Amino acid sequence: MTKMIPPQSVGVVTPQRAEFTTPLALRGGGTLDSYHLIYETYGTLNAERSNAVLVCHALSGSHHVAGTYADAPHNVGWWDNLVGPGKPLDTRKFFVIGVNNLGGCYGSSGPNQINPATGKLWGADFPFVTVEDWVESQARLADQLGIRRFAAVVGGSLGGMQAMSWALQYPERVGHVAVIAAAPKLTAQNIAFNEVARQAILTDPEFHGGHYYEHGVVPARGLKLARMVGHITYLSDDSMAEKFGRSLRHGRNTYSYDVEFEIESYLRYQGDKFAGYFDANTYLLTTKALDYFDPAFEYGGNLDAALARATADFLVVSFTTDWRFSPARSREIVYALLHNKRNVSYAEIDCPAGHDSFLLDETRYHKLLSAWFDRIEV
Amino acid sequence: MTAYRYDYDVITQWIEPGEKVLDLGCGDGELLRHLMEVRQVQGYGVENDPDKLLGSVRNGVNVIQMDLEKGLVGLEDGFFDHVIMSLSLQAMHNTQGILREMLRVGREAVVSFPNFGYWRHRQSILNGRMPVSESLPHQWFNTPNVRFFTIADFDALCEINGIAVRERLAFDEGKLVLEEPNFLASVAVYRLGLER
Repeated sequence: MTKMIPPQSVGVVTPQRAEFTTPLALRGGGTLDSYHLIYETYGTLNAERSNAVLVCHALSGSHHVAGTYADAPHNVGWWDNLVGPGKPLDTRKFFVIGVNNLGGCYGSSGPNQINPATGKLWGADFPFVTVEDWVESQARLADQLGIRRFAAVVGGSLGGMQAMSWALQYPERVGHVAVIAAAPKLTAQNIAFNEVARQAILTDPEFHGGHYYEHGVVPARGLKLARMVGHITYLSDDSMAEKFGRSLRHGRNTYSYDVEFEIESYLRYQGDKFAGYFDANTYLLTTKALDYFDPAFEYGGNLDAALARATADFLVVSFTTDWRFSPARSREIVYALLHNKRNVSYAEIDCPAGHDSFLLDETRYHKLLSAWFDRIEV
Repeated sequence: MTAYRYDYDVITQWIEPGEKVLDLGCGDGELLRHLMEVRQVQGYGVENDPDKLLGSVRNGVNVIQMDLEKGLVGLEDGFFDHVIMSLSLQAMHNTQGILREMLRVGREAVVSFPNFGYWRHRQSILNGRMPVSESLPHQWFNTPNVRFFTIADFDALCEINGIAVRERLAFDEGKLVLEEPNFLASVAVYRLGLER
């Protein structure tokens, strides 16, 4: 190992695989007779097994939360600025777990994995999965690892929804929950953006009803468009103006449909990059899981009633420029918890970067998380 | 804030064990921490300053970031037993609005504020200078205070807003003042309700 590992890094990590043979009944009506999850861990589980923290990932995230890989030193975990020795989620104190969700495309059972029943790739036949299903599968992983109760479950965006759902599905198994840049359910506008993304994929001629693997192609154009529209919603108007403004690649109008404005270049680049590594079926499944999430639904829309089961201490964080999941949506969660006399703190971080702010190491944000994690007794 | 512990003591006396308490402008959560320890309250602070909010989190106090000038939108009517605002009312623009909101979400409101009619303050004005004292520690050019009022002014405001003064204690730099509070007291602490 000649490569320098930066200070406060968990260093080189290796994904692990857990097998499950007890059938998992899914909310959408399907069943997975057997499945596997890919996960990573950082830090050491203490003798009392009381210091485990589960980090839930968002739409395009994975189990690779922190550190790098020996064979891919530049592949740094998506929340590496948060997790590590001396970082806000300190791996000297906590045993941190990242899991690739069911239906994901980073190695856990999902559309791009073999269906044991047929011996072929699942493709579009992989069943619909929900946030609740993910939590259920994560709980089974915790069982395998001997973790009865998490010190904390944390996540941003869709990951925050999983963290919230943990507090509702397994109140006795989670001490603290951090819900960051999330919402208690999607708005019609959120669903609309997801639907545009899905239509881009579904109408790509190379989608082949989701069985594109068999045709040796990928619906790259659809996936690219989906990412482009998604990406717009992750940034703020201000941050786009700041970063790109109306800057022209050639310094003048060329009156063509080639890249002219820098923002076009950026979106195309992001879209192409994403289409190169992400799976279209996973994108479809995951956006549907987002759309379906609504714990208050079975309580007639009453979020106070829905959150009554939660016993964990909560931290809710939003970002001032996040219009995808605006601060107002986070406040709904906060007030519902308060009305149930649950312990909850809420911060609205002034950050220009929109929804993506939750991935940044903005000083106030990370100080807040440090303070919150510091108070958790393990 | 430690200089004003006597206002904390009064507030604590008015809180019953196990109450639901909201503390507006909670700072680093010192008062709530105290109420949690001696009254086992289920307490929530409201703070809009990020550094102070961080202090509350470090103190293990529930704290919610909110701009009080916009009221307490989202909180249920009558949810809290007591809604406290300790030495912050004078720093708010929307005085009547926040009092209304406090008595909407709380059964009772507890408000303390520096009395601009305190004799030392009057003397200072007579001498031609804006008052600076223990209860008004800032200079005119850097004060966070935006409303300047006396105990008599506040009584009149309660009167016209249908707010019942259930109890009032007044202090001269920590000592209880029983007579002529508008002249002799530097700080007043009120327990308020709605007139039935």
